[in-house]
Amino acid sequence: MSILVDKNTRLIVQGVTGNEGLFHTTQMVAYGTNVVGGVTPGKGGEWVLNGKLPVFDSVKTAREATDANATIIFVPARFAADAMFEAADAGIPLIICITEGVAVQDMMRVRNYLDQKKVRLIGPNCPGLLTPGEAKVGIIPGDIAIPGNIGVVSRSGTLTYEVLYAMKNLGMGASTCVGIGGDPVNGTNFLDVLEMFEHDPKTEKVIMIGEIGGNEEERAAEYIGSKMTKPVAAFIAGQTAPAGKRMGHAGAIIEAGAGTAADKIKALEAAGVRVAKHPEEIPTLL
Amino acid sequence: MKLHEYQSKTIFSKYGIPIPKGRVAATAQEAKQIAEELGGRVVIKAQVLVGGRGKAGGVKLAKDPAEAAQLAAQILGMEIKGLPVRKVLVDEASAIDQEIYFSITNDRAAKKPVMIASAAGGIDIEEVAAKTPDKIIKSHIDPLLGLREYQARDVAVAMDLPREYMKDFVKIAMGLWEVYKATDATLAEINPLVITKDKKMVALDGKMMIDDSALFRQPDLNEMRDTDEDDPAEIEARKYGLSFIKLDGNIGCMVNGAGLAMTSMDVIKLFGGEPANFLDIGGGASAEKVTAAMRIILTDPNVKAVLFNIFGGITRCDEVARGILIAMEEVKPKVPMIVRLVGTNAEEGRKLLENANMITAETLADAAKKSVEAAQKGN
Repeated sequence: MSILVDKNTRLIVQGVTGNEGLFHTTQMVAYGTNVVGGVTPGKGGEWVLNGKLPVFDSVKTAREATDANATIIFVPARFAADAMFEAADAGIPLIICITEGVAVQDMMRVRNYLDQKKVRLIGPNCPGLLTPGEAKVGIIPGDIAIPGNIGVVSRSGTLTYEVLYAMKNLGMGASTCVGIGGDPVNGTNFLDVLEMFEHDPKTEKVIMIGEIGGNEEERAAEYIGSKMTKPVAAFIAGQTAPAGKRMGHAGAIIEAGAGTAADKIKALEAAGVRVAKHPEEIPTLL
Repeated sequence: MKLHEYQSKTIFSKYGIPIPKGRVAATAQEAKQIAEELGGRVVIKAQVLVGGRGKAGGVKLAKDPAEAAQLAAQILGMEIKGLPVRKVLVDEASAIDQEIYFSITNDRAAKKPVMIASAAGGIDIEEVAAKTPDKIIKSHIDPLLGLREYQARDVAVAMDLPREYMKDFVKIAMGLWEVYKATDATLAEINPLVITKDKKMVALDGKMMIDDSALFRQPDLNEMRDTDEDDPAEIEARKYGLSFIKLDGNIGCMVNGAGLAMTSMDVIKLFGGEPANFLDIGGGASAEKVTAAMRIILTDPNVKAVLFNIFGGITRCDEVARGILIAMEEVKPKVPMIVRLVGTNAEEGRKLLENANMITAETLADAAKKSVEAAQKGN
């Protein structure tokens, strides 16, 4: 077992005929991910990957033909919200949205709609998921991680690659790596993934990679301190980032005190988490 | 993107929110003329994209056009938190009975818009929030349903608004919700929303921030962008789709990915150095982007060394290496370059840079140490 994706994942790709979509679909298939179809409106009936992968006009028709249980979205930002609504309405229970730059108000509508439908969303603006040796659903380079018992959850993209690579160099493998994305309004947060890792028999330890802004790390720290039995090591990026020039008071009123790296590190250490000074140090703390 | 007060209030007015009469001026003469048109007392308000201008002396009351000219001249010469004042708003003065705070913003934790109101509005609202949080009323808005009038009524009751103003307040709240939605705002704030002595509700001040990711569908707002207050290097970076922030140190950084870019800065600091900038070249960095990034970093005379930290994923290291070579040829940097390439096509990338006279590093910690050493030698 692992979390979210494994060899039973039947994946479709929304935006499969675009540059990025096609490039990463090729990579995912080469890794061994069970990609069962693609969606590009207006290109239904075509085939990609040398005639091996069928393209459909809609998520609904793709799901009916392939019995897909997950979708990954590579469409441009302005179409991403629609793609997520479409996937949810077509009955896909797991959506991974790689697209960067989705408007925040769109994301609030998407998130609230998906919650009502009980659909799980990973991202947007994320590198996706990797269960080493079983499924790569996203853009994390497959060869930088090996199978193992460490769950990895991160808000960042390339910083996550650093950590997976440092783990591999020490012979340490990942159960599943989850990139939850760095946007202010996203689908799945640290807390959700920590709960999944806590209940996953294959995961024995957890690495969490956070960054400045918001209060998700603080909420995760509360959960780790009170409910989690598995050891957690962490890193928080942005310890030296300067504060932005703020306008208006609303941000200060609703996010009073939260968001700095120092606050997050303090909260995590109070919960018994070992916090690394630099990313290559994280695996050595477990 | 931040909007000025005068821009925000113009938008408010379009959605039925009452604002004072007034116009923006760039010279004392213009300010005088506007004061003459308005007649009576006017308020001269510095237009800068930063908070706290009232406390910094950027808002003054003038009793006649002559004084308006004099005060405008004074404020137009000011700097507020490092930003020079280039425009002033000249508004008719209001006789104020009560100041209310009212805003709609994004609550990222709740994943919903939130309406925030307080009967104790004005410049000390953050202190009110910290010391007497029960005076701050918050009400979340379902993004799928939108703001319902009953929610605005409930907020009015919760802050003890005199009942005679209930209707006006609901109209303003619904108007501000429409503003927030139509402009893809991340903040639409009225502070203060005043009740005047002649019993009118008016938005005396306005602040708005617009979601940069939504600007593709906000062409009118995009044109309102005031780049006067941006660092020229940041404007240049934006042209190439680079995310750049200038800092005070001497080690230039070029990194792919925001999290890794922040981390590279952190690690430089950990080993005793100071980063000169934050720069995320993004995914799929082309030679053109790399060249632009290098040029931007090297325009800063403080830079004594440059660190390239590239972890190839979507970005291919050989492509970045080619970009670095072209950039070196064009920019001819005189400071040491430290490069670390890992991930997709890293091997090919390293080979390309073999004869480029660069310092190479294996790990991020190693790269940071070497950068700090090189920068110290250069000083």
